[in-house]
Amino acid sequence: MLGKLDWSAIPFDQPIPLVAGAVVLVAILAVLIWVVVKGHLPYLWHEWITSVDHKRIGVMYILLASVMLLRGGSDAIMMRIQQAVAFQSQGYLPPEHYNQIFSAHGTIMIFFVAMPFVIGLMNLVVPLQLGVRDVAFPTLNSVGFWLTATGALLVNISLVVGEFARTGWLAFPPLSGLSYSPGVGVDYYAWSLQISGVGTLVAGINLVTTVLKLRTRGMNYLRMPMFCWTTLASNLLIVAAFPILTATLAMLLLDRYLGFHFFTNEAGGNVMMFMNLIWAWGHPEVYILVLPAFGIFSEVVSTFSGKALFGYRSMVLATMAICVISFMVWLHHFFTMGAGPDVNAIFGIASMIIAIPTGVKIYNWLFTMYGGRIRFATPMLWSVGFMVTFIIGGLTGVLVAVPPADFMLHNSMFLVAHFHNVIIGGVLFGAFAGFEYWFPKAFGFRLDERWGKAAFWFTFTGFYVTFMPLYIAGMLGMTRRLQHYDVAAWRPWMIVAAVGMAVLTIGVICQIMQLVVSIRNREALRDRTGDPWDGRSLEWATSSPPPVFNFAFHPDVRGEDAYWDMKIHARQQSFEHEEPEYRDIEMPRNSPTGFVCAFFASIMGFALIWHIWWMVIVGGIGAFATFVVFAWRDHDEYVIPADEVARIDRVNLEERRSLVSMAGAV
Amino acid sequence: MSDQTHIPAGHDLAPGEEEQHSVGERILGYVVGLVLALLLTATSFFIAGTDLVWQPSIPVALIVLAIAQMGVHLVFFLHITTGPDNTNNVLALAFGLLVVFLVVGGTVWIMSHLNGNMPPMDQIMRMRT
Repeated sequence: MLGKLDWSAIPFDQPIPLVAGAVVLVAILAVLIWVVVKGHLPYLWHEWITSVDHKRIGVMYILLASVMLLRGGSDAIMMRIQQAVAFQSQGYLPPEHYNQIFSAHGTIMIFFVAMPFVIGLMNLVVPLQLGVRDVAFPTLNSVGFWLTATGALLVNISLVVGEFARTGWLAFPPLSGLSYSPGVGVDYYAWSLQISGVGTLVAGINLVTTVLKLRTRGMNYLRMPMFCWTTLASNLLIVAAFPILTATLAMLLLDRYLGFHFFTNEAGGNVMMFMNLIWAWGHPEVYILVLPAFGIFSEVVSTFSGKALFGYRSMVLATMAICVISFMVWLHHFFTMGAGPDVNAIFGIASMIIAIPTGVKIYNWLFTMYGGRIRFATPMLWSVGFMVTFIIGGLTGVLVAVPPADFMLHNSMFLVAHFHNVIIGGVLFGAFAGFEYWFPKAFGFRLDERWGKAAFWFTFTGFYVTFMPLYIAGMLGMTRRLQHYDVAAWRPWMIVAAVGMAVLTIGVICQIMQLVVSIRNREALRDRTGDPWDGRSLEWATSSPPPVFNFAFHPDVRGEDAYWDMKIHARQQSFEHEEPEYRDIEMPRNSPTGFVCAFFASIMGFALIWHIWWMVIVGGIGAFATFVVFAWRDHDEYVIPADEVARIDRVNLEERRSLVSMAGAV
Repeated sequence: MSDQTHIPAGHDLAPGEEEQHSVGERILGYVVGLVLALLLTATSFFIAGTDLVWQPSIPVALIVLAIAQMGVHLVFFLHITTGPDNTNNVLALAFGLLVVFLVVGGTVWIMSHLNGNMPPMDQIMRMRT
């Protein structure tokens, strides 16, 4: 009846996950009760859960990423403490628990923090920057988000029901095969990634289509803001690479469930094929994450330097070059597997070549700042911090791209330091920069600068104190994923890294404080003009937060930096042009399809993990039926009458005129 | 949303969208495609089992038929044409082909080297016996 599920699945003997799980459960219940008692449930259901508005979905993606960041961050804190204390002792985490923690940390940080964060920002901003009213497939967008949430839910359930994988974040066989991992850990890993992978693929298709097909009048490809370009490149990579991940995990699951032998040691299986395939996805994946971050930095640097982006076309070219070359370097993740000098040399050189377009970008940002009137607001701080940090990470990357060096450094703490250097310094700093930069657009008020700057400085310092020692420990021969060790020379560096982790934690607390303080002072921080940073692209041309239809009229674009041009025109001419003739606007109706679909997908995923076959069928039929019901719907759009559009837009225009005239007076 | 689709964003159309043709013409296109695809499939099955042609030429014939089949699918079902409104479709196909070429070609190359240097267990066993 319940497959493999029974009471032994709950780890009663392990206090840490049990207490953590209980606390989270109580917190969730408390929030739910508060929501129901206060009567917010209808609001949540109608305005958020069933919303197909790209802005709302983007916000929900970022919320999911932030919550999961806390989860993945707790894992990181536990690992740092363990390695600080586990010198010639077992520390406080038993090996099987420690192995779950580092596996969960990697999986969560990549799939449920970095991915939703960048996809959320793209969702929120790209339609606004393109001057359109929504993404190409609004309901599909909601489905994609909720499926991602399903994956995150399953990973978190594994904390208290059963176990998570102990295999590392990519679940290499034969360790992840049935003979070495008979438990449900790898199944939790694989099914949550399969389900959220569908969500990611859907989001990728959606955003590619949006950039290619939905652009406002005059928005040529070469007039698109840089963030739209990097979104295009990143989502092309999603569409091309995620099917590889899905297929690879599907083969692993066939091995585990149906006795296939793709990646087993016996019966003709080949484990090396798994490394090859998973990294053929895995390397493009890092560019899927970092390209949107590059786009965010381009927007931020140009806005806060008060200059157009230097070398726009070279930036476009560099972006697309990275997009293609990222598919030519995956072997550098397994130089040591023994492909021989020819193969290693070619892939090593390709890996070094990809540093060239990245270097072009760094110089472009530097030249954008050169001669500009730079304002060091919080997003700009994150961007400058990124440039410094990312260069170090990039250089150590070029170092490990040299096969002989990689043979020394493979799987060492040096590697751990390197990829944290590029992912924290690149993706996370980018996500924070974007968060600070576009928060006023999403919610209508700015974030508190003092707490924001404190968060930056603590995170920035904490990052260096945590990860520079790991480089040294790696040089001293320390390998990654050690539950305990006996080498005295590593100990001091592990303690320094733990101190750094404490500093990073203060940074996270500042970030939370910033939100709390900003929400309390929101009236003082209100952004009435819709253009708090003196922005250059079209998202600043509408109010903050934008009306549900984004723009009353599709803006006319006459060049790069569309909104900057409009402002200059407005200053030169008088602002008293006659009232435009408003028209009705049709918008897509909200739909619970995504939520219901993900609900059934969660049931199906859980049932698949625990081999509860009747429940698999129920979940599968439910998810499919949801799609059929959606496909047969009659009314998919509603009309916002012209009067309503006019009323909303007049307020926005009024505020904007006063802003432009004030700027003109200065 | 219908408002948005009226804005000409360049001249390209959504994948699979054709503007000028009537429904009848489009159905005719699909029917021709279907007939051609079925014909090619049937021929493949026929050739594979026949002894009417010179035997060593059969694999070559099958490859030719398979490529023709791909062409039929691309033209009639995926609407890859050389028309000016088709840039996106052609570019998408080119990108897809490039990625498939890189991943499949790279994999074959890498795996053959790996197999040469570090054969899987059962192959080592076979080499020893």
